[in-house]
Amino acid sequence: MTALAPAADVDTERSRPRSSGEKWRRRGPLLPALIFTVIVTQIPFLVTIAISTLNWNVLQPGERSFLGLGNYESFAGLGNFATVFTDGRLRTAVINTVILTASVVLVSVLIGLALAILLDRKFPGRGLARTLLIAPFLVMPVAGALLWKHALYNPDYGLFNGVLNWLWRLFGAGEGPTVDYISSTPMPAVVAALVWQWTPFMMLILLAGLQSQPGDVLEAAKIDGADGMQTFRYMTLPHLRQYLELSILLGSVYVLQTFDAIFTITQGGPGAATTNLPYEIYLTMFRKYEYGEAAAAGVVVVIGTIVVATFALRLILSLFQEEASK
Amino acid sequence: MSTVVDPSTAAVPAEQTRRRMPRRKKKDDTSAVAGPLWALLAWGLTLLFFAPVAWMVVTSLHREADAATNPPSPFAPITFDNYAALFDRGVVPYLVNSATASIVSTLIVLLLAVPAAYALSIKPVEKWTDVMFFFLSTKFLPPIAALLPIYLIVKDVGMLDNVFTLVILYTSMNLPIAVWMMQSFLAEVPVEILEAAQVDGAGVIRTLLSIVAPIAAPGLAATSLICFIFSWNEFMFAVNLTAVRSSTAPIFLVGFISSQGLFLAKLCAAATMVSLPVLIAGFAAQDKLVRGLSLGAVK
Repeated sequence: MTALAPAADVDTERSRPRSSGEKWRRRGPLLPALIFTVIVTQIPFLVTIAISTLNWNVLQPGERSFLGLGNYESFAGLGNFATVFTDGRLRTAVINTVILTASVVLVSVLIGLALAILLDRKFPGRGLARTLLIAPFLVMPVAGALLWKHALYNPDYGLFNGVLNWLWRLFGAGEGPTVDYISSTPMPAVVAALVWQWTPFMMLILLAGLQSQPGDVLEAAKIDGADGMQTFRYMTLPHLRQYLELSILLGSVYVLQTFDAIFTITQGGPGAATTNLPYEIYLTMFRKYEYGEAAAAGVVVVIGTIVVATFALRLILSLFQEEASK
Repeated sequence: MSTVVDPSTAAVPAEQTRRRMPRRKKKDDTSAVAGPLWALLAWGLTLLFFAPVAWMVVTSLHREADAATNPPSPFAPITFDNYAALFDRGVVPYLVNSATASIVSTLIVLLLAVPAAYALSIKPVEKWTDVMFFFLSTKFLPPIAALLPIYLIVKDVGMLDNVFTLVILYTSMNLPIAVWMMQSFLAEVPVEILEAAQVDGAGVIRTLLSIVAPIAAPGLAATSLICFIFSWNEFMFAVNLTAVRSSTAPIFLVGFISSQGLFLAKLCAAATMVSLPVLIAGFAAQDKLVRGLSLGAVK
């Protein structure tokens, strides 16, 4: 630590403004971004909380005006929240959200880890392979969802059944099966399309983690006679832990918000089999016009996200401080 | 990297230099060479993941009749008619709206984020980490929960179906990412150089232009590409807040399906066309992509 003292001195000098004039001069460049963010992101959430306490259905407008934005019927207290947790549809949506998020994140982290380990070694065309692997994440999510629905899953001419049919004929087994993936297994169908989209994200974070491993430690392990599996188990995996956590947490926060894929591939169906909370909120808002209920469900999603995000923020904070202390 | 003399290590005792050196030596220098089986497996999985993208492009170049065959016919004759058909169906206004929303919001994001990042790194305000984490926390709030009030307010002020509504929303969506990325890039500008410039009598503007800008330029480019990618791909706000005049590219795609008859080849052409700008931007920014996706936490 003593060797780092000069840098630390500079840092305190940097971060300790002297007079109040200097303080405000430093705050100046920050204020536009800060004020913009507060207005555009915080105010809508406060309004959501306010609406969540109202009985407000657009089809049965009441007498009372809500900030001039529309008329609601009456104050509901926590009634909408009771509906969110007792209404069958919304409960299904909560369960679907958990299943969808958990399976997409876990499967894509596992495949992403396998790919990252594979790409961590030198082989011909490694750079090109990495570039090609990023592509699924860059394809517009709506385009990707439509591609899976029509070009891959279609029972008559989709690529999956097409390839099965080709294999069947190749081996003289007649016509291949015509599976209708989206209606027979709707949830796995959505999960597979999302895993395809999110695996590159996981792979990139984990590959960055693998490559940040100090080379000399691995060399030392080799000299000390550790084999590949031992090195991975006792050196790489512990080092990779925070990257795994980061990819799981960030992935959860993003996949929890999935809307494009549900809207495009299944419209939440069949029935409500693949309706997740964001899609259910959308339906409650623009199909049932139950504003109060939609807002209450929105508040529930925010609380759920905050739980996951708190862990994510703590992790990012520790990575951030580690980086800052370098 | 190692050929450049790092000013932060140049003046410190040799002992510390030695302590810091191993950190600079990333594993890549020593990363093991894969055997043929390893390479085969890596390439096999890569191609499996890339196959849907390749299939999309291949199908977009076939006639409708060749696109919807079973078993598939990947080697059918090539045609560009599907792309021409997109222009007949009026894809241009959608692309213009997407470009406007993405480019204008990215510019505003940079205008707001660069000074903010400066005030969070080079001349930091008090409690600057708290401010950083406030920005980050807004990124974790699910946009669907804000949709209703935003819809009501936008309707009230008569800004439904207006591309500038999307500009404002995309700006708020990307601002935290840009602040975090730019902060991490500006924090890499060595203090010693800034102090030396000050000693030599360079003013703030001069210092910014001749010292900070060249070092931060690649970071600025990567940040703008990432903001562009997220805005271009955004669907939820676009589908709920636009109708006719200001719909963006993803809305064009969704509207495409209502047509009857064979449409697969044209759909693939449309999907390829709207994904192309982001694929190009993403490949260009791929070395910095991880930093943007992890909000600067992973470098």
